[in-house]
Amino acid sequence: MADFDWLFFIEVLVGGLLSGVMYSLVAIGFVLIYKTSGVLNFAQGAMLLFAALTFVSLTERGISFPLAFIITFGVMVFLGVAIERTVLRPLTNKPPITLFMATLGLSYVIEGAAQLLWGTQIHGLDLGIEDLPFDVGGVYISQFDIFAAVVAAGMVALLSLFFRYTRIGLGFRAVADDQFAAIAVGLRLPWIWATVWAAAGVVALVAGLLWSARVGVQFSLSLIVLKALPVLVLGGFDSILGAIVGGLLIGASEKLAEVYIGEYFGGGIEGWFAYVIALAFLLVRPSGLFGQKLVERV
Amino acid sequence: MSAIASDLPHSHFPARWAVTLALLAIAYVGVPLLGSSYLFEAILLPFLALSLAGVGLNILTGYAGQVSLGSAAFMAVGAFAAYNFNLRVDGLPLIASIVLAGFAAAAIGLVFGLPSLRLKGFYLAVSTLAAQFFVQWALTKFSWFSNDSASGVIDAPALSVAGFVFEGPVGRYYFALNVVAALTFLSYRLVNSQTGRNFIAVRDNETAARIIGVQVLKTKLLAFAVSSFIMGIAGVLWAFAYLRTVEPAGFNLDRSFQILFIVIIGGLASIRGAFFGAALIVVFPLLLSRLGSFLLGDVFDSGVLDMTQRIVLGVLIILFLILEPDGLVALWHRVRKRIGTALRRSRSQ
Repeated sequence: MADFDWLFFIEVLVGGLLSGVMYSLVAIGFVLIYKTSGVLNFAQGAMLLFAALTFVSLTERGISFPLAFIITFGVMVFLGVAIERTVLRPLTNKPPITLFMATLGLSYVIEGAAQLLWGTQIHGLDLGIEDLPFDVGGVYISQFDIFAAVVAAGMVALLSLFFRYTRIGLGFRAVADDQFAAIAVGLRLPWIWATVWAAAGVVALVAGLLWSARVGVQFSLSLIVLKALPVLVLGGFDSILGAIVGGLLIGASEKLAEVYIGEYFGGGIEGWFAYVIALAFLLVRPSGLFGQKLVERV
Repeated sequence: MSAIASDLPHSHFPARWAVTLALLAIAYVGVPLLGSSYLFEAILLPFLALSLAGVGLNILTGYAGQVSLGSAAFMAVGAFAAYNFNLRVDGLPLIASIVLAGFAAAAIGLVFGLPSLRLKGFYLAVSTLAAQFFVQWALTKFSWFSNDSASGVIDAPALSVAGFVFEGPVGRYYFALNVVAALTFLSYRLVNSQTGRNFIAVRDNETAARIIGVQVLKTKLLAFAVSSFIMGIAGVLWAFAYLRTVEPAGFNLDRSFQILFIVIIGGLASIRGAFFGAALIVVFPLLLSRLGSFLLGDVFDSGVLDMTQRIVLGVLIILFLILEPDGLVALWHRVRKRIGTALRRSRSQ
């Protein structure tokens, strides 16, 4: 390996890290809901598709970007509250796996509704950010990726501040810590769940817009869930930090593997490679990087 | 602990076998007399294959409590293994290829069941997705599996057993029915044996199971192997008896979810639940499309129909989870009990 191209390696690495940020964006939505209600929300991808499709369809009807954003924001909040009312509340105190199935059903409903409402054709989305690579010491980095990373960082910062310094955030943390204790001190669990789902909806909106600008608005957006799941497994389902670090790790190793060892497998390994990394890691640490360790009692 | 009590067999109840025998008699004699070829091709053959897959997943998820999202992968392994055994080993009888295919699926199931030794719940469920993506990728990528056929779609061999060829829809129906009946009987025996009780013990409380002397690791791996074996053979039926072609695309993630839905809607930890669930999943889309074209005529184009089906299926699953979490089987029990009391009351009057 005397002629190993370090510059190229760094370029691939940075590209991978930045695409990992995109995975993290999706994963954060999962973590929000898992932390506070113990539900692995499979419908997160469908929500992402729904948000992106709503936004694009609104702008195509001549509504300006900020207004469309506000309307979609409102729609996602409404969706979150509606889900809490119709699906989660009747299923309170059911085993987590039942709730997971319910979100699986929910993802079918939302996907179907989104496409029934706005049609199945593919839309393009131009956020006005140019996807030009620029040169940093010989390494080319995509401008759009940087923008996405900044947005992700901003969102994480906002969420952390929100969790740390606001009353609602405190409520979230209380519920995540101990549901019964939270109810005992008078927190209204349904209300908190509705808020969390609304927040996850907004995260889905942001992630949806960034992904749409990348790959267009189409059905396959809802399959991004499958990209986010290994990130979650790696980082731990209940840690926002884990979602970020997991996303970066998965993104980087996926790109490096595709470039350096993909050819030995005949290419196309990105569909499962992330899962293999996550699995290999889990065999060493079963609760992920930052996940809480479960204590078992008889 | 009510869950455990209801899982155990009521062997002192002979009427249970009477119902089963009556159903088998109808399936073997009545249905072929009355059914049209549409009934066999569009309803009964997929129903049988999916029921068997449901039985397989139910052993893993319903009895042993390990959630899997990769069922279709094991079906695919079964289908492709049977095809390749049949193609590459001269003189191997079809039945032997199918049994070997089951073992091939069981071996793959064991490998992807290994994470279950350390992972639980959602972590495990997500890790089974690895099986789904890896198997589908491997089958598409390496054309050896499909005998280098250009389109990746290959014709299934004729279903011949000891010189007798199961031909036409009815013949293939009989073939599938035999396989499903035999494996269902074996599964029923398994879940009512000590092994089945070990599965339930591991599901309900792993630590407690370990304390009373159940070998948890062995039990989990066995559940993965048995379940994959059955699902592999279900995959053979799906490809050989129903579709008549072997292709990876049919065994995608949606199929895995479909089988999971069958188990949930039918009823977890119930062999017959898989049949109820499969019946609903197979018949329901057909009914909906009929209903749609009947009510709205041509307004209902295929795209809209597709979306509506998704929505209704999703709503149905959520409703089931809320209203009847124990599935169609629980509904069936209640109905039967009610009929029983009504009969007794009318007799005593």
